[in-house]
Amino acid sequence: MASNDVTAAAVSRHSSVARVNRHKADWRGWKFMWPFAVVFVFVFIIPIVYAIYISFFKKQMIGGTRFVGLGNYAALMHDQQFWSSVGRVALFTVVQVPIMLFLAAAMALAIDSMKLHGTKFFRIATFLPYAVPAVVSTLIWGFVYGAKYGLVGSLNDLLGTNIDMFDPNVLLASIGNINTWEFTGYNMLIFYSSLSTIPHSLYEAASIDGASEWQIVKSIKLPELRGSLAITVIFSIIGSFQLFNEPSILQSMVPGNAITTYYTPNMYAYNLSFSGNQANYAAALAIVMAIITMAIAYAVQLRSMKEQMK
Amino acid sequence: MTAATTSTTLTPAELKAHEHAAKAAEKARQKRVAKDEAAERRRAQKSGFANVNNPRRSVLMTILCAIFAVYCLFPFVYLMINATKTQADFTSTFGLGFGHTFALWDNIVTVFTYHNGIFGRWLVNTLIYVVVGAGGATLLAIMGGYALAKFRFPGRKAVFAVIIGSISVPGIALAVPQFLLFAKLGLTNTPWAMIIPSLISPFGLYLMWIFSEQAVPTELLEAARVDGASEFRTFWTISLPLLAPGIVTTALFTIVATWNNYFLPLIMLKDEAWYPLTIGLNQWKDQASTAGGQAIQNLVITGSLITIIPLVIAFLCLQKYWQSGLAAGAVKE
Repeated sequence: MASNDVTAAAVSRHSSVARVNRHKADWRGWKFMWPFAVVFVFVFIIPIVYAIYISFFKKQMIGGTRFVGLGNYAALMHDQQFWSSVGRVALFTVVQVPIMLFLAAAMALAIDSMKLHGTKFFRIATFLPYAVPAVVSTLIWGFVYGAKYGLVGSLNDLLGTNIDMFDPNVLLASIGNINTWEFTGYNMLIFYSSLSTIPHSLYEAASIDGASEWQIVKSIKLPELRGSLAITVIFSIIGSFQLFNEPSILQSMVPGNAITTYYTPNMYAYNLSFSGNQANYAAALAIVMAIITMAIAYAVQLRSMKEQMK
Repeated sequence: MTAATTSTTLTPAELKAHEHAAKAAEKARQKRVAKDEAAERRRAQKSGFANVNNPRRSVLMTILCAIFAVYCLFPFVYLMINATKTQADFTSTFGLGFGHTFALWDNIVTVFTYHNGIFGRWLVNTLIYVVVGAGGATLLAIMGGYALAKFRFPGRKAVFAVIIGSISVPGIALAVPQFLLFAKLGLTNTPWAMIIPSLISPFGLYLMWIFSEQAVPTELLEAARVDGASEFRTFWTISLPLLAPGIVTTALFTIVATWNNYFLPLIMLKDEAWYPLTIGLNQWKDQASTAGGQAIQNLVITGSLITIIPLVIAFLCLQKYWQSGLAAGAVKE
């Protein structure tokens, strides 16, 4: 009993010492942080809380808005259209993200090797598509794809082929191509930046040890890329799960109904809330998507990104 | 060279001798360097390793990369070529060839006069959104990033966690409630609906945070504080100049994000007069597929070209900044 008291006293004294050592709270940082924080709360936190709140209600023809608890979520679990859209973006992610990141890493390694004629030109050429708005890049590619008036149409006339980039079976790949074109340069730049931070003395040491070019790539450059790979993977996954701009802009260019109103989860939510007048259901959908995205991002590599940002 | 020798004739003989000796030593040194370099190159040829300071360029690799560069650049070429065509030529002639008439100037004039010059209005709107929205976003990111890097304030960890979390929230999860909220406040269909959400750039905050950590030495801040400067004075006079390259990078990225934003104005703005360029162009494109609508694809293409030119020029001129700025972001390990 007595010894217990002693340890308790020791612990409390210890913690008070720790508190003293930690100085008193330093609030000066908020002088600079508050403008961001205030706007952030207004455009991020409040809407998220509000979305969670309205997702528990349902608008009805008779009786107005009614509390339904988890009803919207339960309905979502059985919503074929929703799950087909999730499956589509998952497939898109699994195929497009690795291709894009591979191209980006290869380009970054090539530019960093300084073995190209005109390194500067390649750097800017690869990055330039990032400056193009999604609307414009989708428009350009849409015109290129067009079988009637586009480049693909001209090629078909010329070669006698019958390529159709808007065929429902090919459409997702066509969209993937647009996304790859838009974002490879951006990812390349992130890879390239992390490669350019490797100290040159390391290469010199490697060359004295007689390392070959491939050994340097394998033992110095690739490990360096792993840190930035975490960031690019997460941003790419988040980006492709939110796929909206490209399919929604293509919708009117693609013949027939190949791009449905539930082509991607984001398009589904958009159509539910703005033309279907089902904002509550859309809110539930958005929250489920947020949870799925966050879970995947965490599972993949958010952990390592967090370490990097500490 | 000749001037140097004439001036040395005036000096004593020993000095001349010294100079000769120095020249000889320099010559011998250069010879040694050349020999070393040759040996290095020979060894490099054998082991396949290129000296990082003096690499052998590879034609094969250049060609492979050139293929990718063509892929990246050909849509720009396509856009430029087709901006010179009339609507009739656009639908009838080869995509990468010129049309029968060179109609670029006509197209530009028509873009700015079509529908009472609505395109000019969209351009001005976009500029307003970029200046106020992206400018404000940059300012908030600078201050926030600086605070996160240079102060250990209560709630700092929470700010960090919330921002990381917010990156993974889908845009639509925010957009629907944002729209409902803004509608309640009577802000939809006004420029504010576009500007206020643009003020937050988590990526910009991240960049400025990393950049502040590296570019602003804490000792310098301490010194200024000892001299009695207020926090804001220290920020304005000491930190901001040091942060300049990072600020340009952050500004560039927030400008691109605002200039290119499609989703936000799509849901927030219903009045054509407040559209930015992206929504306007999409509306023109859709005109071809609406019943009785006149196809104006030549205007869509020329308008697209006009839309991307300012950003392409900005990226070409500010290369140094977006490269060094991102490199600074990558230093953190």
